[in-house]
Amino acid sequence: MAIGVKKVARPRQMSGGETLYLLEILRGLGVTMGHLVRNVFRQENIATIEYPEVRRVMPPRFRGLHRLMRRPDGTPRCVACYCCATACPAVCITIVAGESPDPAVEKYPVRFDIDMLRCVFCGHCVEACPCDAIRMDTGWFTPPEHTREKLIYTIDMLLEK
Amino acid sequence: MSGLFDLVVSVVRVAVMLAFTLSLVPILVWAERKGAAYIQDRRGPNRAKILGLTLGGLFHPLADALKLLFKEDFIPDGAHRLFYQMAPMFALAPALMTFAVVPVGPPVVIAGREVALQVADLNVGILYIFAISGLAVYGVILAGWASNSKYPLLGGLRSSAQMISYEVSLGLSIIGLVMVFRSVRLSEIVASQGTLLWGIVPKWGVFVQPLGFLLFLVAVYAEANRTPFDLPEGESEIVAGFHTEYGSFKFSIFFMAEYVHMVVGSALIATLFFGGWQVPYLADSGFVLPGGAALGLPGPLVLLLRIGAFVGKLLFFAWLFIWVRWTIPRFRYDQVMRLGWKVLLPLSLANIFVTGLVLLLIGGGA
Ligand code: SF4
Ligand code: SF4
Repeated sequence: MAIGVKKVARPRQMSGGETLYLLEILRGLGVTMGHLVRNVFRQENIATIEYPEVRRVMPPRFRGLHRLMRRPDGTPRCVACYCCATACPAVCITIVAGESPDPAVEKYPVRFDIDMLRCVFCGHCVEACPCDAIRMDTGWFTPPEHTREKLIYTIDMLLEK
Repeated sequence: MSGLFDLVVSVVRVAVMLAFTLSLVPILVWAERKGAAYIQDRRGPNRAKILGLTLGGLFHPLADALKLLFKEDFIPDGAHRLFYQMAPMFALAPALMTFAVVPVGPPVVIAGREVALQVADLNVGILYIFAISGLAVYGVILAGWASNSKYPLLGGLRSSAQMISYEVSLGLSIIGLVMVFRSVRLSEIVASQGTLLWGIVPKWGVFVQPLGFLLFLVAVYAEANRTPFDLPEGESEIVAGFHTEYGSFKFSIFFMAEYVHMVVGSALIATLFFGGWQVPYLADSGFVLPGGAALGLPGPLVLLLRIGAFVGKLLFFAWLFIWVRWTIPRFRYDQVMRLGWKVLLPLSLANIFVTGLVLLLIGGGA
């Protein structure tokens, strides 16, 4: 079999005007000035989203901040089974279980903290939960805070969302 | 009495020029950031607020300066302590000194005495500029060498090679202009640009020396280390070049030096090639159009118009620096050297030759 020779495309020869550079530079200046003028006069066309004031609309299946679900009577749906904490690869869920006053329910979470600084948003906790008590469908990511403590979300914050 | 008058005039001139040049720096920084943003379809700085006012991001340079002022002032291990600290001053001082010979307006008469609107009306004007701007490279080289780090050293080496090569074309590109105007004193060059060529075109440097203007423009960009010739600090290759190891206010002095270089470069382009403070068809008494129509204007208004024209030209060329930066990518190092030695140098020599020939043919006066 003959060795195939592949022809590599070479850049085409530049025309005289192009080798002079100057005309092309002037055309380039025209392009950039066009963008500048367009953007100054039609600011609404700039794609930038002014973040804290304007929020981007996330796609419906975006895996965002967690929330804990409630039963119809308002108590947390979570039964403190530790499945999510066990599944979590980042070890960022801290649960303290307590005995539930409701005889039909065995346990309930006294504490349920998620350390948002450690969470990697993998969604394993949602997968692991046997009673669909934790979801990641808030459609938003962790907002910035000034201290680390504020990024450890407690059960009250998670139930609020 | 006259000694005191001279002293006061000198001090005021120095103060005004210094304030003018330095206050242009934040404005240019702002224009650069905002202009770059709009050119790249972004919004640019718009957050810093004073009393709820953002003024389109105009406070950001101020905030930057304040922030840098409060940063730790460190000297890296192994750096040459003295040279490391001297380098920023060496970068800034020549840039500021060059502005001293640029006339911002025609001489005015104050208290019966003529006062030039420039810090020093030296009779060696252009030579002084070259002498001083040649010193600017020391700041970069010293910074690169004294930092004791590889990227600054590379940046310093690049800049020394680049500045030395382009200084040659920079000097030669002006010779033609000096031949036409028969003076190296900047005030005289500006004054002679007030006449008309063939009765219609103002006799600006750019019209008598178009090639010289182009060469000078390119060389000034290279001297100011601005894109497309910003190899000394090519971020994508050598981190930040000569000022990689600098922080806090020393860094901001380098930053200021870059913008002052831009201001001075623009002032020189405006002065040498665009008539400085001259406004076309504006004589001392008012507008005199080639057709014979005339419009009388009071003297102070003419003066203001002229200073305004100079500032306007300066700002335009400063904007051109910014505009070009966000249009053209950086040259490769060998391309810079090839352009300098194989294109600009022969062209500037040819320009001198042709200028001499033409001057000889039309009898020595244009
Ligand atoms: S998303 Fe992943 S990392 Fe975050 S809490 Fe759930 S399991 Fe842990
Ligand atoms: S897996 Fe579900 S029910 Fe179990 S502790 Fe986690 S959130 Fe609660």
